[in-house]
Amino acid sequence: MKFDMPATTNPIDQLKVIGKATERIDGPLKTTGTAPYAYERHDVAVNQAYGYIVGAAVAKGRIESMDLTAAKAAPGVIAIVTAENAGQLDKGNLNTAKLLGGPAVDHYHQAIALVVAETFEQARSAAHLIHVDYERAKGAFDLAIAKNSSTPPKPGFGGPPDSAVGDFVGAFESAPFQFDATYTTPDQSHAMMEPHASIAAWNGDKLTVWTSNQMIAWSVGDMAKTLGIPKENVRLISPYVGGGFGGKLFLRADALLAALGARAANRPVKVALQRALMMNNTTHRPATIQRLRLGATKEGKLTAIAHESWSGDLPGGSPETAVSQTRLLYAGANRMTAMRLAVLDLPEGNAMRAPGEAPGMMALEIAMDEMAEKLGLDPIEFRILNDTQVAPDNPAKPPSSDPQSKAPEEKHYPHPPFSQRRLTECFRTGAERFGWNKRNPVPGKSREGHWLMGIGVAAAFRNNLVMKSAARVRLDNKGVVTVETDMTDIGTGSYTIIAQTAAEMMGVALHQVVVRLGDSDFPVSCGSGGQWGGNSSTSGVYAACMKLREAVAQKLGFDSTKAVFADGQVRDGGRSTPLAQAAGESGLVMEDAMEYGDLDKKYQQSTFGAHFVEVAVHASTGETRVRRMLAVCAAGRILNPKSARSQVIGAMTMGMGAALMEELTVDKRHGFFVNHDLAGYEVPVHADVPHQEVIFLDETDPISSPMKAKGVGELGICGVAAAIANAIYNATGVRVRDYPITLDKLIDRLPEVA
Amino acid sequence: MRPFTFERAKTPADAAAAAARHPDAKFIAGGTNLLDLMKLQIETPAHLIDVNGLGLEKIEATQEGGLRIGALVRNADLAAHHRVRRDYGVLSRALVAGASGQLRNMATTAGNLLQRTRCPYFYDTNQPCNKRLPGSGCGAIGGFSRPHAVIGVSDACIATHPSDMAVAMRVLDATVETINPDGSARKIPIAKLHCLPGDTPHIETVLMPGELITGVTLPKPVGGKHIYHKVRDRSSFAFALVSVAAIVQPDGTGRVALGGVAPKPWRVEEAEAELPRGAKVFTARLLAGARPTPENAFKLRLVERIVASVLAEAKGAQV
Ligand SMILES: Cc1cc2nc3c(=O)[nH]c(=O)nc-3n(C[C@H](O)[C@H](O)[C@H](O)COP(=O)(O)OP(=O)(O)OC[C@H]3O[C@@H](n4cnc5c(N)ncnc54)[C@H](O)[C@@H]3O)c2cc1C
Ligand code: SF4
Repeated sequence: MKFDMPATTNPIDQLKVIGKATERIDGPLKTTGTAPYAYERHDVAVNQAYGYIVGAAVAKGRIESMDLTAAKAAPGVIAIVTAENAGQLDKGNLNTAKLLGGPAVDHYHQAIALVVAETFEQARSAAHLIHVDYERAKGAFDLAIAKNSSTPPKPGFGGPPDSAVGDFVGAFESAPFQFDATYTTPDQSHAMMEPHASIAAWNGDKLTVWTSNQMIAWSVGDMAKTLGIPKENVRLISPYVGGGFGGKLFLRADALLAALGARAANRPVKVALQRALMMNNTTHRPATIQRLRLGATKEGKLTAIAHESWSGDLPGGSPETAVSQTRLLYAGANRMTAMRLAVLDLPEGNAMRAPGEAPGMMALEIAMDEMAEKLGLDPIEFRILNDTQVAPDNPAKPPSSDPQSKAPEEKHYPHPPFSQRRLTECFRTGAERFGWNKRNPVPGKSREGHWLMGIGVAAAFRNNLVMKSAARVRLDNKGVVTVETDMTDIGTGSYTIIAQTAAEMMGVALHQVVVRLGDSDFPVSCGSGGQWGGNSSTSGVYAACMKLREAVAQKLGFDSTKAVFADGQVRDGGRSTPLAQAAGESGLVMEDAMEYGDLDKKYQQSTFGAHFVEVAVHASTGETRVRRMLAVCAAGRILNPKSARSQVIGAMTMGMGAALMEELTVDKRHGFFVNHDLAGYEVPVHADVPHQEVIFLDETDPISSPMKAKGVGELGICGVAAAIANAIYNATGVRVRDYPITLDKLIDRLPEVA
Repeated sequence: MRPFTFERAKTPADAAAAAARHPDAKFIAGGTNLLDLMKLQIETPAHLIDVNGLGLEKIEATQEGGLRIGALVRNADLAAHHRVRRDYGVLSRALVAGASGQLRNMATTAGNLLQRTRCPYFYDTNQPCNKRLPGSGCGAIGGFSRPHAVIGVSDACIATHPSDMAVAMRVLDATVETINPDGSARKIPIAKLHCLPGDTPHIETVLMPGELITGVTLPKPVGGKHIYHKVRDRSSFAFALVSVAAIVQPDGTGRVALGGVAPKPWRVEEAEAELPRGAKVFTARLLAGARPTPENAFKLRLVERIVASVLAEAKGAQV
């Protein structure tokens, strides 16, 4: 099915199941510990052996020698896989560095060996007996220095590296109010609960991997490519994922090494990435340096906007696209954005929840607060004054550099209208609910005992992406509808919204729907990433259900355009027939995909919100504790308000981590993230998370999909950290432009302790 | 983890004697620190002596009016004990400021005193660390040193002792009681238990090989206002950047010990004479000779601010 015209009324609009706050259908499995996560699939293959990964001890260099003698002789050891004996290996399309290093080492804790043994303890013990000699090479580990030799990156997910509208330089120089500041955001880790984990088993030349992965088809492709085997010979199964946040978008070392280990051991092998390897072995959100320049009239109209961002990655890597939102968020006739990429020999950077916007909004939305103060304007009024209904800067994709490229020239729309944009309403609703008028605009003036109190605000913005997604639906003779798609549920609630969609489409109760996810034998979905999963995967289910409805109508002799599917019946013109009757003995199966035309080019599709935060900063110690948070979101139809709320409060919590504590500390001498465990890399704990509230504006977006929905899972993190930073400023009068805002950056500028 | 043998000792003397028989032995109490370090190949004992069955989990009054705390008393039980809460509030508060409920249910008094540093280079066996591998160098000096010590450090090591409980015990003038493999017992003032790193940061206490801690005694209560102020980057479940244990008397005299700033709980009795003169003067004395790194110099200012706040709080309470 192709979606190239705005949606009109369709069965989803009945809203009998969709749009209702619905408990997760997989909830009982998870709360009783019976949801089978990858590492616990003891049932799927007999005689599983255990693998333990050895990570490189240097950031860059070569392995001179590796002595496996003692490890091989250790009790229980079955095999040891290294680059030397693993056979020819390619590299996945989506991997920057090789997943099995050696002899060249590309980054710290890059896997260089897998020890396979009868027990986990034996594998671990033997791994420590491997002796490796390295020849260290000099590397670049400091972004502030490498920045000076950065270059424009290839255009990728975040669009082209540069954009320009009007005359920024002229407009900035002549603006009566100017603002120019530089912000930094640190490297961050996904730090999800469930480490990357896989069990691999070979059957002849066919490989099956039970794993924890967000994007099944991507990873099947990269597994096949890396091993040099046909895609058809690889099966990935990932029904439950214990958190991903972008860290499990790709094939990673656990899956590849489990496959190699299983081949070497000639039996199934399971591998979980040790916690201590997570930060350096896998991907992370790269640090940024961002410069913001704003020029405005004295009334507060922005006339000039510039946002430049620098980040680093291994050779062949990609930038953190931190300027994306600045092209779209505020009006202003003269503007420029630029992204530059430096080569760093730190572990590879890649997507983490709301790549681009999450760190970009951390800088932009402090800058807006600072500019509002300069102008003497209320920060909300300043933002509303610069609201826009058309995209102010939508740079064209540069022509393909490949002369053989057969891709048709895409039509470019320089200023497409937003399909829906209710940013102002988000601010107004939030201001009212949060009690914005109680905020003292003069910083450092509100106090409760030891605590300096402050309120801050920031916009939330994240683009909405739509992705092709397929599903198969089966109707059986009991009226049960089974949906199969390789979509994943990474804790987001995919199982439930997919069940809701099928129930709505086929007119059956939720408990009559069975959802099976995360298996590469199922039709290829959009996967979970970029907050596209909810809308795009359900649209694929919608397409398949439309086909099934037609088939049912035809079988039962109904006019498919008129038949009503409700209560397990198909009805039209006084006739009512049980749905199950259409199934017959063998059931009725239909498969389809939703594909998209160019509505996402003609219209700018984005999601919007406003974050409100109240903080307390300890007057003596500078410790910041968040007191209250509110997010108001306008993000199309909310398919399941309960799981959508969970997504947003989770994202707000993660944004709090970014604001106050999360930072992978770089050892700039040796080139690695030092705090590589959950004791050193602090994320918020329960005691940090105060009262949180989420309001969804009632909205449908017919431009986005037949579901009229958009994403919320990443919107919730965008802007939170800046709102906290702005609240800290309001509390203390101290402006910190380097995240995270830890107390050492505040205390010198706090008033003396009485 | 290196394979090891395991035994359950029955009496304190047995435990100490068993340790003498196995030069590579370690006592295991709650295991919350030792096991983590064994999994990471940082501690590699060949033999474990389980001391949980020694009958050392009692808290009793002493004849002198103080309290004797068995070495195996769990941190959670110690914090909740009525006499601790009434007479040694600083200890109770320090304990509940540490770790998490689950950990405090396992962690023991002796284990807490002997827990090892949280220096991230100590935890990464690829990195140099004089404490883990004498002579290999110190990764933290010149590297990531924000959480590290600012005083009592050496050119060999700048690690902190991470305990909260020990800081309160230091301000309470606790005494550590031990038994040796030869059956002899001794009493060690807590001030003398931990060593400064000097050239030998791997030697962390004055305990002899096989010496078992049997208990800790607290002297008669000294009254005053008991405060434990722990400062960290998140609200809970984090080690102290700086902590201050204080007992302040109505006349403004008192005692102060610091956590998070030194290789041992940091207290300078002579400096306490300056307490009535205010935080600035007192802190200057307390931290005289400090050698911070650029990354952790903020701790010096932080100490002064917390002490000021603690003194203000103590005064406020008397009004
Ligand atoms: C995630 C986490 C967070 C934590 N946060 C904090 C915190 O905020 N503040 C804080 O203070 N602590 C914290 N801790 C540390 C915790 O307090 C210690 O792990 C605990 O107190 C150790 O006690 P244990 O009985 O488990 O010791 P074990 O691990 O059993 O032993 C520790 C050491 O003591 C030795 N030992 C044990 N008993 C005796 C004895 N009777 N005689 C001689 N030697 C003995 C052992 O041989 C070993 O070397 C944290 C720990 C973890 C894991
Ligand atoms: S500070 Fe001490 S514990 Fe840390 S690396 Fe240096 S020697 Fe090792």
